[in-house]
Amino acid sequence: MTTEILPIQTPTSTPSAAMPALAADGARILGMRCRNCGLGAAIGLSYVCPACFGPLEVAYDLDVVARTFTTAAIAARPTGIWRYVELLPVDAPPARSLPVGSTPLIAADRLAPALGLDRLWIKDDTRNPSLSFKDRAVAVAAARAVDFGVPALACASTGNLAGATAAAAAAVGLPAYVFIPADLEPAKVDHALAYGATVVPIEGTYDDVNRLCLEVADETGWGFVNINLRPFYAEGSKTLAYEIAESLGWRAPDAVVAPVASGAMFTRLARGFEELAELGLIEARPIRFVGGQAAGCAPVATAFERGTDVIEPVREPDTIVRSLAIGNPADGRYAVELARGSGGSVEAIDDLTTAEAIRDVARLEGIYPETAGGVTLAAAAAARRRGVIRAGDEVVALLTGNGLKTPDARTLGHGDGIARPGEPGLAPSLRPSLSAFERWLETGVA
Amino acid sequence: MSTVRIPPTLRTATGGAKAVTVPGGTVREVVAGLVTAYPGLESQLLAPDGDLNRFVNAFLNDTDIRHLEALDTRVGETDTLVLLPAMAGG
Repeated sequence: MTTEILPIQTPTSTPSAAMPALAADGARILGMRCRNCGLGAAIGLSYVCPACFGPLEVAYDLDVVARTFTTAAIAARPTGIWRYVELLPVDAPPARSLPVGSTPLIAADRLAPALGLDRLWIKDDTRNPSLSFKDRAVAVAAARAVDFGVPALACASTGNLAGATAAAAAAVGLPAYVFIPADLEPAKVDHALAYGATVVPIEGTYDDVNRLCLEVADETGWGFVNINLRPFYAEGSKTLAYEIAESLGWRAPDAVVAPVASGAMFTRLARGFEELAELGLIEARPIRFVGGQAAGCAPVATAFERGTDVIEPVREPDTIVRSLAIGNPADGRYAVELARGSGGSVEAIDDLTTAEAIRDVARLEGIYPETAGGVTLAAAAAARRRGVIRAGDEVVALLTGNGLKTPDARTLGHGDGIARPGEPGLAPSLRPSLSAFERWLETGVA
Repeated sequence: MSTVRIPPTLRTATGGAKAVTVPGGTVREVVAGLVTAYPGLESQLLAPDGDLNRFVNAFLNDTDIRHLEALDTRVGETDTLVLLPAMAGG
């Protein structure tokens, strides 16, 4: 069996002459617009509609975008997220940026049958510079943070964003302040510290951290990537859709499966495909969007099951899937609307099933995702059982973070993990002797 | 009189004040008192049915009122109510 990988690319952030000069084209970005009431606002360090408190989003003139955003032009550009710069809220690719994006789409032929699927692609976003998809969002936020001249880059994080913000801040030369729940996985804390960030543990849930950071952002003027830079940050996730479409030869799959925390990435995936269809780069066709949440913190999945779009916040998340443990998701309502409106679903996955899915994809495909990836793959299987994903469907599942960040999850429910004859695992320490090894291999006794 | 902390987006309506004191025995009464004192806040804070706008989260002494008694949560003289945009992303 051969494994098809589309495309294998070497990420680079080096700008080239193939990149369009957009700085002088002021009409491409129309400004910001309230998602709720439609009121316009100027581009700036703001994120809330002054009239109705709704979220601000960046608005583009797609007619202007279409002048330079063609498949031929994109193909001639360097790899990385900036090859889609016309649909990102920056005037031009930034002078300094980590090599983010252009991650491969991998045909998961061995895993697909285990999930009950006929055709499965894995979007392997475990390979970004800080090992998660958050690098995409943070790269865009950091570019704008530099434009705005903020004194520091900051975030409220469930873990992946901590490393992404710290790494991006290092790359652009800003101090980083990372606020996290105090009981976050140690690997994620160390990761952020490695880049020179100031890490601030808060005694509480992610939602407590986020509430505090809303106030800190207001008082300090720091650029919080997922608060006052959120309109730009959220746009970065659209590049997942652009890359999937480009890797498939400029077309969309039947179903996309992704994890849901705040719902920002989930909804921006759909926006990305919509933009490509509006621009004529892909055929406009229905895509079913399936979200995955941890059963121990599943406000969006619960709303989906109840047939409502009212999100009841979860006060005390109880799950190993810390990267999805947002009890009060800002875009939860929009995520439910997307899943329901597209014919998709939002699935709640228990932790044991998540751990098993991590082991399966690692064992069958050689890809090791963090907990959210396990949730996503289990959600794909659940959606297939529900009939949302159908026989013959082409499915793309997003693995958004690397398993090295959540090492304890892999072994959950997996026995003692000790290797025995014919059973993989950790062998006992052996003397450096061939006879000792052969005896152990035959008997399992050291 | 409890204290209400005002986020920057709403400070135009409060004359730039970061915090104001408002009478009221419940969150509902405090919010009503706030809107009475600063009418410019009504369209931002309240939905047509009189409930809080869905884009506004209210925290009493740092606890989301939806985890308490929502708008009927009792408010004491020394309590602090914080109004913030509903914005969270990990």
